[in-house]
Amino acid sequence: MGLPVAPFAGDMYGPDAVIMKGITGANWRLQDYLSRGGYSALKKILSEKIPPEQVVAELKKSALRGRGGAGFPTGLKWSFMPRQYPGAKYLVCNSDEGEPGTFKDRDIMRYNPHILIEGMAIGAYAMGIPVGYNYIHGEIWDVFERMEEALAEARAASFIGKKILGSEFNFELHNHHGWGAYICGEETALLESLEGKKGQPRFKPPFPASFGLYGKPTTINNTETFAAVPWIINNGGDAFLALGKPNNGGTKIFSVSGDVARPGNYEVKLGTPFAKLLEMAGGMRDGKKLKAVIPGGSSMPVLPADIMMATDMDYDSIAKAGSMLGSGAVIVMDETRCMVKSLLRLSYFYYEESCGQCTPCREGTGWLYRMVDRIEHGKGKPEDLDLLNSVADNIQGRTICALGDAAAMPVRAFIKHYRDEFQHHIDHKQCVVPTYI
Amino acid sequence: MSASSVLSAASLARIDQAVAKYPPDQKRSAVMAALTIAQDEKGWLSTETMDCIAQYLEMAPVAVYEVATFYTMYDRKPVGKCKLAICTNLPCALQGATVAAAYLKQKLGIEFGETTADGAFTLKEAECLGACGDAPVLLVNNKRMACAMSPDKLDKLIEEMK
Ligand SMILES: Cc1cc2nc3c(=O)[nH]c(=O)nc-3n(C[C@H](O)[C@H](O)[C@H](O)COP(=O)(O)O)c2cc1C
Ligand code: FES
Repeated sequence: MGLPVAPFAGDMYGPDAVIMKGITGANWRLQDYLSRGGYSALKKILSEKIPPEQVVAELKKSALRGRGGAGFPTGLKWSFMPRQYPGAKYLVCNSDEGEPGTFKDRDIMRYNPHILIEGMAIGAYAMGIPVGYNYIHGEIWDVFERMEEALAEARAASFIGKKILGSEFNFELHNHHGWGAYICGEETALLESLEGKKGQPRFKPPFPASFGLYGKPTTINNTETFAAVPWIINNGGDAFLALGKPNNGGTKIFSVSGDVARPGNYEVKLGTPFAKLLEMAGGMRDGKKLKAVIPGGSSMPVLPADIMMATDMDYDSIAKAGSMLGSGAVIVMDETRCMVKSLLRLSYFYYEESCGQCTPCREGTGWLYRMVDRIEHGKGKPEDLDLLNSVADNIQGRTICALGDAAAMPVRAFIKHYRDEFQHHIDHKQCVVPTYI
Repeated sequence: MSASSVLSAASLARIDQAVAKYPPDQKRSAVMAALTIAQDEKGWLSTETMDCIAQYLEMAPVAVYEVATFYTMYDRKPVGKCKLAICTNLPCALQGATVAAAYLKQKLGIEFGETTADGAFTLKEAECLGACGDAPVLLVNNKRMACAMSPDKLDKLIEEMK
């Protein structure tokens, strides 16, 4: 039980790791990062006076896609920033990792914090942004403290602050912590929260690039997205693209959890077969058989074993298989797991975490939860499965943010692939699998 | 009522540090940090404490209450000396969290949301803590993450926090 305790072997994240290469859990300090070649990308940009447009162009070539869930091309997002806009502009890092199954940003920040700081500084340079905030999940206080310490190191060494490394480039960065609200991972809820308000998502448009933090142009990216940037600058966008496959550049850290022998983070090239990732995680725990996988975090559609075993781990392949890569959280379930009970726990989560702003989500998530609950507890009615699908349909696409979709998609996928199990619960008031968690 | 009659000078100094992170006209951005600091000192957030923060950050009291009620880790009622929040979400449940939660309930003799009669422990059910690989995981007094909690380690933790 539990992840390896530092210091661990430097190849723990896998042989193809780029972001987590050589990380032992004990070498997180500035000196360690420098001896791994850290901050060389920032130094190169500043000393060679590389034009900001060229940094953005390199990002576009790399086919880096946002690692926070939506997979939006990062270079394109960066080009939306009105660099010449004279007033305040902000760069925000989304480290509010709270999607069940996801625990990669925590490892980046506690074991390799400077790679995030360097990535953000490069982003700030490319988009002409003077101030940034890193919004950290409230539950990981030790990580917040580590980021504060790393930031102090970076500031003292002139990687952050005024006239960075003697250049004309200024960038100030601060850490901000949440305090327990999944919805703040949604980018506009996060901005509201940063402003000292309830984390209720904003209607889009306007998008953050024109109306973001304090109403100013803002770019927001996930922790892992920023962490990929230094390598791209050092090695070129083409090289990053070549690590993965077309339209799916680079490596990706997958958080593998559930019924595997070694739950943990594994950084692999995009396009790596799922079977290989499963093998890295030690295979199935106790030699049990694989039943189902949620390949992209709890909000994404579940897929049966045979489909997963034939799928590669990249955005396009997983989409073709009928799910989404999402945040890269791979939740593995073995043959003893009841799909009704599994869905029940997820439905409870979305009911609990709905911010209550939109009626379809506020009422719908409660309705979904109560229906799955009654099916699980032998009180399901014959019409319930169609009703579940219909409620899910009436949430999806009808809310301000995607939490509604996140609640609806698992319901539809669980019923689609495991309808028999749900039907059995309704008909026989019991489960088809003998035991459960 | 002035802020210094409610919160210690050390807490106010920490709040000042948080305020300095934001633009001068956006003091309000420090409200989450301020409430966290106040909760650390007081153990929970009374109306008086929240009002003091409102005054200190030049916010309407209701705006502070809104924040304190929205985020789950703020306690607006007294809790046990030690608050344990265990994640029972699906990835953790698959890795033994349900068993660990049942063990805790039985050992402490309380259900989720309850406090032991001696006021020593409060037990809460948490959602994903972002540490699923370390399951079973629980948060001790909001700030300490206890990882891979086998019954043995749970026993030790409870002994330590008694
Ligand atoms: C309910 C909800 C929760 C989200 N949680 C996170 C999160 O914890 N971390 C994250 O980076 N993005 C999260 N996102 C996605 C963000 O809104 C946003 O797309 C992302 O931070 C953009 O960064 P990227 O382009 O680098 O991925 C969430 C979205 C929704 C709808
Ligand atoms: S699901 Fe329990 S910490 Fe993530």
